[in-house]
Order: sequence, then structure tokens, then C-alpha cells
Amino acid sequence: MQRKVFQLLVDNQAGVLSRISGLFSRRGYNIESITAGTTSDPRYTRITIVANGDEAILDQIEKQVGKLIDVRKVMELKPDSSVFRELILIKVKATDNQRQAIVSVSDIFRAKIIDVDMDSMIIELTGNQSKIEAFLDLLKGYEILQIARTGIAGLTRGAADV
Amino acid sequence: MLGADAMARCLLEEQVKVVFGYPGVAICPFFNSMLAVDIDRVLVRTEQNAAHMANGYARISGNVGVCIATSGPGATNLITGIATAYADSIPIVCITGQVDSKQLGSDVFQEADITGAVESFVKYSYLVKDVEDIPRIFREAFHIASTGRKGPVLIDVPIDIQNAAISKFVYPQEVYLRTYKPTVKGHVVQIKKVIKAISRAERPIICAGGGVLLSEGAHELRDFAHRCNIPVVSTLMGIGVMPTDDPLYFGMVGNNGKSYANRAMNESDLIIMIGARVADRAISQPDLTMDNTVLVHIDVDPAEIGKNVGSHIPLVGDIKTILKDMEKYEIRCDIDDWIERLNEYKRNEPERKPPREEYVDPARFIEMLSDKLNDDAVYVADVGQNQMWSCGYHKVKNGRFLTSGGMGTMGYSIPAAIGARAAARDRQIVAVCGDGSFQMSMMELATMQQHGLPVKIIIFHNGYLGLVREYQYKTYKGHYSVVDLSGSPDFGKLASAYDIPFFKLENMSNADEVIDEFLSIKDPALMEVMIDPLDVVK
Repeated sequence: MQRKVFQLLVDNQAGVLSRISGLFSRRGYNIESITAGTTSDPRYTRITIVANGDEAILDQIEKQVGKLIDVRKVMELKPDSSVFRELILIKVKATDNQRQAIVSVSDIFRAKIIDVDMDSMIIELTGNQSKIEAFLDLLKGYEILQIARTGIAGLTRGAADV
Repeated sequence: MLGADAMARCLLEEQVKVVFGYPGVAICPFFNSMLAVDIDRVLVRTEQNAAHMANGYARISGNVGVCIATSGPGATNLITGIATAYADSIPIVCITGQVDSKQLGSDVFQEADITGAVESFVKYSYLVKDVEDIPRIFREAFHIASTGRKGPVLIDVPIDIQNAAISKFVYPQEVYLRTYKPTVKGHVVQIKKVIKAISRAERPIICAGGGVLLSEGAHELRDFAHRCNIPVVSTLMGIGVMPTDDPLYFGMVGNNGKSYANRAMNESDLIIMIGARVADRAISQPDLTMDNTVLVHIDVDPAEIGKNVGSHIPLVGDIKTILKDMEKYEIRCDIDDWIERLNEYKRNEPERKPPREEYVDPARFIEMLSDKLNDDAVYVADVGQNQMWSCGYHKVKNGRFLTSGGMGTMGYSIPAAIGARAAARDRQIVAVCGDGSFQMSMMELATMQQHGLPVKIIIFHNGYLGLVREYQYKTYKGHYSVVDLSGSPDFGKLASAYDIPFFKLENMSNADEVIDEFLSIKDPALMEVMIDPLDVVK
């Protein structure tokens, strides 16, 4: 089982995301995360998909996605020539005497406290996946109430444009 | 000019000669506008068959077939026909009416999200939201359906868009699709690799699929095989690429194919798959470890290469173009031993066990029939035992063999034959179906009579859903469940109800004369052929 990050440039129009997600579900491909947003050129949307499977499946994913009429380009984002970031929001239970410890851990990870009330707080963290996993590990001693993650967004390094 | 007028104009611009459809309120503006253009309108008796007729029309004419349905149930009834065309890569454009665009999503009367519903069976679909987009969308739809790997495209047009005024009608000459550019020319480096592999091969075999016919490259393939002296087998969809009696042709591969064809594949050291997708039914062992076999895979769809079987030399592009490009390489395999070996396998193919004498032997019947058919006859096989017998014993000369291969849709043969008739008024067209598949489409006898699209129809009557019965016999020890067709009508009375001449063949004793008479009279005609209820495919 391997994991690959694909970047897609697609026409920015209704139904594109459903065509892509429909393709994954009907062909039984595993999708780990999908993020989408318009590019600097409003005619296009950039989509980052993290998928896993064996070599043959990942090859098929690239070909079948590339075959969709709305997909202009599909490429693999290779870890050594790309940057990946994910954003996570964590709502954690925090009593008076827990609060300071949580803030300290968050500081080390350069996470931000974006909301606090009497017995909980919301932490925002941006980073690559290993950083996020490490941070979540450290929070295990506390009671996590809710988590929201965006999934990975990625770009290739350097000036080359997709 | 209204949107509906523009739609009709688009069909004229695409040189559409005939459409198959069924009206309803949501598509009425378009049918009204169709009165003003010179395009035949065929009223089918259920929408699924409109898609099958467009399918048969497309396969024989080489042009895009067009079918039309209304919103809601009309559109959903098309789905099986669309899926059938998709599975066999047949270029059709389906036009559906839709409820008022302002009411979309509110579950009003006869609303169905048809673009959503057909998503996995179409090459592309459009929901028209602006009347000004109609010319561009129609141009794109016909282009997408008929290029690259062909397939169905659906255009869903809300009734208010059909009734809206279009400011100006300009039919685009060029299609500009940033994201869609199918490969036509094969890569020259890959072509050279294929040539090199052929020159080294001692036991090469070409496996031709339906893609060869779709690219209209059958002639080029025959040339190529003979020039290089390479034997050919075919998939179900590739039947007819080579004439059956061609000395280089060694039958259909697969579970239901000839054992000598499968042996040719298994024992070769170079398999050239061309326009075939290595489907599960076609290849007896798709994962067969071909340690000593080089696999060349030529296809227009890059996603097919490596999907079902790994390929050593992939070659992507239009098959006809590639075969033409290969003409300039002088190469001839000196492999008489190999061809002789295949001929020996062919001579030793075990004979099928004949059925009881009081019934017609379908294998002999089909052989006799195809000997008597014209050189360019169109033979449309349905699905089931009749299909397996047809692909095993029908001898194609220079005609065509049509069937629903990928989807295996029962009831395909009659509407597809009627569609083929609309494309070829003077050709001999015969639909061969079982008593089960006939009853799935017999309502179209009326369409055939009403619109002057007569064909010859042969029903293999065994009183069972034969292929399922055979499966239940083998798998469930003869515990038959829901395969008995008693209750079928008297086919002779049915034929006379539609004013169609009727023939009945009880056994082989007078088969010769009955087939002669059946073929000699003017179309249409219906022949019921009595088959042993216990007969099996092999």
C-alpha cells in the first residue's frame, strides 16, 4: 500500500467535484483527503487529492482522473519537490489548571489559541502531517471535544507552473 | 429563434438524418421545432430502445446516433441504453427534456436528476442553463461522443431554456476544449518498438477488439496481418474485423470462445492487443503470468493500458492511424510452423454435442443461415445462449456482427437492427434473439412497421432463459428458479397481429428451404426456431 498526493487543475464549473469524487467511489479507489479552491485564474480550480493503493491502482487513478473531460492536468506531487500543508482546528476541554499547560504545548508547535471559554479552548495548527500527528499525540492526555481538518493542500517547489 | 429551434438547427449542422425518441411535455418545444427541419423522427415504444436504435445506427453508419426523451421517467428509461453504449464505446448523443430550470431541485412533477444519474455511464454530460450556450454545447457533445474513445454524451435541456429566445445562432466551426485532446497519432518510438518485437517473435498473435471497428480500421488490420503474416484472434466485440474464413483468422477468445483461439493466446510469445480492453470474459486468465510473452497493447484510451493486464509495449492512439503509420515498415514473419500448429488445433476442435433430433441444432442452423446471407449482411445477436451460438457459428464475410458485449443487455438485437436499418436501407439485416430477449423488445415491432424500418427477426424458442438455466443446471444441480418462460405468446399470432410474415422451423429436416424462403421474401419477416429446451452452449 502506497500513498500519493495528486494535484489537479480543473475547469472551475458546477459538477466537477462530484464527477471526481464519483469516479473514486465507483471504481473503489481510496481517497484520504481532497481539497479544492479557485486559482489566481478564476477559470480554474486547483484540487489536491491524497489517495492510497498499490502501484497499479495509483497508476489507474492518475489515468482515469486525467480522462475526465473537465480535468486539464493531473500530476503527482512528489514529497521531495513539493510542499504540503494541512490546517487543523482542535476543540479541547480545558479547566483552569489545565489551560496553561495546553498553551505551552501549543507555543512549542507554533499553534494558535483562537477561542477560549470557561472550560474549553480551540487551537489552530498549520503544518505537514507529521507535525499535526505529533501535536495530536501530545494532546492525548486532555479531552479532545472536536476536531476539524482541511486535508492536505500542496504545491510544487520552484517557478514551474502547472 | 428559440432555444428549441437552435437545438434542431444544431442537429442539421451535425448532418443528423434520423432521431429516435419519445416525447413528453418537457421536450415538446424541441419536437415542435423538429417539424421545421428535414430529419426523420422515429417514435419508439419505450425509451431504452431509442438508445439501442441510436446505438445500432451509429455502428452501421459510422456517425453519431441521436436519441431523445422527456424529463423524469423518459430520461431514466434511457439509462440502460446509455450504459450499453458506454460499455461498448458507441458514440451516441442523448437529448433529454428537463423541468423548468427555476424549479430544478424542488422535486416537481417528472423531475429526475438525469445528469447525476448517468454520471458513471456517460463520457460527458451537460445541463444547459443558458440558451446562448446551445450551439457550443451541441458542437462539443458531438465532438466528444465521436472522438478518442467514443461513447455516449447526454444533454439535458430545461423546458424554459428550450422556450427562451436565443440572440444569435452561430454554429462553432472549431471545438475549443482546453481539457480534452485525445491522442490520434501513435508515438513513433513506440511504433518502432512494436515493429522490433514483431521481427523477433516466433509465435506472434494479434487479438483484435471492437476498437478496430470503431476506428474504422478493419481493412487496415486485415492488410497488416497479411503483410506481416501474423495470425489473428478476436474478442466478442472484434468479431467481423477478419472474415471468418480468412486463413489467418483463428476465432474468438474467452470463456465462450474457441479453445484453439485461447491456446493461440496462451502459447504465443508476442500478443498484440489492438482495440481490446482485456476484459474478464475475453481472456481466460487475465493475470496469466506471461513470463515469456511480450504484450503489446494498442488503444486510443491510455487508461485501458495496464488496467487489467500489465503491458510491455503500450501504444496510444487512433488504431486506423497507427496501422497506416505501420505500413511503411517492411516486415514479414517467417512462422509457418506456428500457423500450422494453430491450424492443427483448429482441426482438432471438439465438435459440439448435437441436441435431440426433433429439435433444430442452433449451431448448424446458424452456419446454414450465414452461408446464405449476403456478403455485407448485418447480423445482430442478442444476449444469452443465442449470442454464444451466434458468435461461435456465424461466419462473417464482409458484413458486420453487432451485439451488446460489455453490458450484455437483453433485448438489444431488435432495436439495434432497426437502428441499423435506418443507416442502411438496402442491406440485409437479421436480428437473432431468444424467446426471452425477444419479449424484452417485442414492442418495437410496431416502431419497425410504422416507420418503414423492416428487418428479419429470428427467435430461438426453447421456453427457457437458456443461459441462466444452463448456469442453474451446473451450479445449483438443476434446481431451476424463475427461468421458465411458459406464458409466452404464440409468436405466429403475434407476427400476424403486426402484419409480419411468419415462419416456423421445428427441426433440421427442411431447414434449407425454410431459410431460403425466409431470406428471399421482402422484409420484414419473423422466424421461430424450435430449440431443445435442454440444449447447452458447448
